[in-house]
Amino acid sequence: MKVPVSIQINGRLYESEVEPRKLLVHFIRDLDNLTGTKVGCDTSQCGACTVLLDGVAVKSCTCLAVQADGAEVTTIEGLAQNGELHPLQEAFWNKHGLQCGFCTPGMIFASHELLRTNPDPTDEEIRHGLEGNLCRCTGYQNIVRSVREAADIMNADTQDGGEG
Amino acid sequence: MSSKIFGSGIRRREDPRLVTGGAAYTDDITLPGMVYAAMLRSPHAHARIDDVDVSAAAAAEGVLAVYPGADTEDALQPVPTAWLLPDSDLQVAPYPAIAKDTVRYVGDIVAVVVAESRYQAYDALDLIAVDYDPLPAVTHPQQATEPDAPQLHEGISGNQALHWTVAGGDIDAAFADAEVVVKERIVQQRLIPNAMETRAAVAQYRQASGELTFWNTTQNPHIARFICSAVTGIPEDRLRVIAPEVGGGFGSKIAVYPADFVTIFCSMRLGRPVKWTETRSENYQATTHGRDHVQEVELAATKDGKITGLRCTVWAGLGAYLSTAAPGIPTILHGLMLSGVYDIPAVKEDVFGAYTNATPVEAYRGAGRPEATFMLERLVDKLANELEMDPAEVRRRNLIPRFEDGHDVITGLTYDSGDYPAALDKLLDHAGYDDLRRQQAEARNEGRYLGIGLSTYVEICGLGPSQVAGAIGFQGGLWESAIIRFHPSGKVHVFIGASPHGQGEETTFAQIVASEVGVSPEDVRVFHGDTDNTPMGWGTYGSRTTAVGGAALALTARKIKEKAKIVAAHLLEAAVEDIDYEDGNFFVKGSPDRGKTIQDIALMANVSWDMPEGVESGLEASTFYDPPNFTFPFGAHLAVVEVHPQTGQVKLERYIAVDDCGPQINPVIVAGQVHGGVVQGIGQALWEEAVYDDSGQLVTGTMLDYAMPRADRLPEIEVLSTVTPSPHHPIGVKGIGEAGTIASTVTVYNAVLDALQPLGVDSVAMPLTPERVWRAIQESGGD
Ligand code: FES
Ligand code: FES
Repeated sequence: MKVPVSIQINGRLYESEVEPRKLLVHFIRDLDNLTGTKVGCDTSQCGACTVLLDGVAVKSCTCLAVQADGAEVTTIEGLAQNGELHPLQEAFWNKHGLQCGFCTPGMIFASHELLRTNPDPTDEEIRHGLEGNLCRCTGYQNIVRSVREAADIMNADTQDGGEG
Repeated sequence: MSSKIFGSGIRRREDPRLVTGGAAYTDDITLPGMVYAAMLRSPHAHARIDDVDVSAAAAAEGVLAVYPGADTEDALQPVPTAWLLPDSDLQVAPYPAIAKDTVRYVGDIVAVVVAESRYQAYDALDLIAVDYDPLPAVTHPQQATEPDAPQLHEGISGNQALHWTVAGGDIDAAFADAEVVVKERIVQQRLIPNAMETRAAVAQYRQASGELTFWNTTQNPHIARFICSAVTGIPEDRLRVIAPEVGGGFGSKIAVYPADFVTIFCSMRLGRPVKWTETRSENYQATTHGRDHVQEVELAATKDGKITGLRCTVWAGLGAYLSTAAPGIPTILHGLMLSGVYDIPAVKEDVFGAYTNATPVEAYRGAGRPEATFMLERLVDKLANELEMDPAEVRRRNLIPRFEDGHDVITGLTYDSGDYPAALDKLLDHAGYDDLRRQQAEARNEGRYLGIGLSTYVEICGLGPSQVAGAIGFQGGLWESAIIRFHPSGKVHVFIGASPHGQGEETTFAQIVASEVGVSPEDVRVFHGDTDNTPMGWGTYGSRTTAVGGAALALTARKIKEKAKIVAAHLLEAAVEDIDYEDGNFFVKGSPDRGKTIQDIALMANVSWDMPEGVESGLEASTFYDPPNFTFPFGAHLAVVEVHPQTGQVKLERYIAVDDCGPQINPVIVAGQVHGGVVQGIGQALWEEAVYDDSGQLVTGTMLDYAMPRADRLPEIEVLSTVTPSPHHPIGVKGIGEAGTIASTVTVYNAVLDALQPLGVDSVAMPLTPERVWRAIQESGGD
């Protein structure tokens, strides 16, 4: 038995019928050209599948597509705005925060969540904020630096905005 | 530009596609009409298969086919190993892609289902009824060789896959005359590589033409093509292997696996594109593991700390079958590095490779060298303890002095260049070693247990001369190739045979070309991973891509430059000898402002309106580079830990790495490799272990049970370097991919044991979990 769902992803509405057991991550990845969200495990440990669901980071393998009915999802493909990379994307690039890139979309959204709740974290807070996301390549060091740089850029932007 | 671009930490060319979700990994590929395969894997470590009933599964919704071993038996040749190690009595057991009569490890494939969707394929797995007759199992490498152990393969007695020996000098005399002997039994526990992308394959077989395109998570697409051809019978010229974006490998994507051949088989039978993607739990069972040594080691020395001999016996678990490169890992890549950075006059090692009821073992980051470095560096610390000498001092007394052009060691290798004392000095200096020792003494007075751990290392990289490959039984070459093609506008395409998968060679290779011929790295695109549009190459492993592929590329760029000079001389109406070159500009000596740029020359060579007589059109060159020797990167690492005796908790306070990989093309990328490698090695020391129970069940079968390094448990790693170029390499580079892992496990281990020394603990099995450390303290009765 399939049930109808409609989920807004990166500003576009996707309506379809899904099996109730279908994971949100599979729903997303089965759409054309939305394979940036990764699956790295089957026990909700790795965080590679992290996306924003109504602005909050979730591991999309822990959520059924039907649970996301009516929600707004942002995936890595939707993070850059008007052709401009998000400060987190830019910072991961600047600070060599990725190697194979497989963990990166999830890392970026976990970092996004961290900065949303704690805009000016210490390195230690960054490390704690990312403990639910695994990376086998970088040893995390440059990921921490990337998040630090993104925080600085975003804070500077906010201040600019405040003054302007 | 050229003078600055080599050695500059420019941002990676790879990253824009990776940070935007624009990169396509194997599982991201969808083809029209594609169907999905799922593997039924054995839940038993060892069992006879009495019956496989696929009827219910075959009738399930969406299922196109179910194939047990009887269907693939004739269609697929046995899975080969590619390292037929000579002088080792190597016994290669038949390795069927799908097991038909017997399963030999949890994860052995018993049948495959192909269905319209992945969910349907997995549903149908549950409907396959298999009658197993369980047999006793053995997973421990040493126990497997004992007389009453369960036997895995008919005709292979004692489960012995190989017995290999390396010896040099008079080892018996060394021990007979030794003033001090220290011994240790070390278990290099089994590890699970855990590349974040699991393995996957997409096979598209066209029945009309007999052609196969095969997308695969591989570190070596050209080897994969060769082996897929041998197993499936599809001629190599009709077989195209593509390694698209690959999400890490660490050795686990070297092998060509049963599931790969089975996926191809399904596409051939059904005439549909077939995708198979491993789940993580499946990855834990079926993708190769690493390490798994039991080592008995002893070291002979004089009273003043001079090492005179090293003798060891190693039992290396190889798993149920021999994976692609398996026989060479605990032998060639391990035993030949026994003497490390020290002048040791006598060594001997016996390696027994054992079949066990466990996942096949392959190269895993460092592959044999971390296991060798660990033995030696652990025993050097034990020697220091025994002699009550400082471990740094013992090392100093034994280091090979600086050499620039070759040093023969007792195992028969010739190291290329090294300055081990300089690396150690830099490390101790940066760490403030004497100060650290003082702090440690003070802490002990306060009842706190600080530990300082050291390791020096040298590794063998840049594999390697092909002649040597042949002599040691590697069933392939070990050269690399590169093509550089200039387009009329001066933009450049580079095609390489190697297959980077996270290491950033699209960037560093562009830097090599840029620095050699003066184009902007932005103008260089590097293509790799597709056997149809890249020249042959032997793959990315053993820290060889930059060391060997980079050499091929540098030499190719120099050919381009030579040709460009000839064209420039013609255009400038001068003799070739009178042409000077600087930063992409070719000019008559003394007149740089009236030169021809490399772009001018590329345009002329491509339109070919006015070329020198006898010079071909186009600006393109290629090189097949076979290195004259291996490269030998080296370094020295230090860790500071604090151990809490009440809980057994180990806190890693500091980690310092000094590595020498020769000149660094891109120091940011080099540091990234060091970070990742160091953390992987720390994982082995402190957290990671693949555990099998007595019946051969993989107890650490998911990411919930296998402890991976996490961001919050690590200190900032302090990365330093020295630079000792390889004398035989066109740009002097040596390789850095594995260095961190080779040094860090024993560095951290030594630090923890140093902390525990006053408590009377001198050995704890890895990983050094709080429980184990706590128990060791209790048993020693020291606190
Ligand atoms: S896929 Fe690993 S947490 Fe979702
Ligand atoms: S960059 Fe490869 S897993 Fe993080």
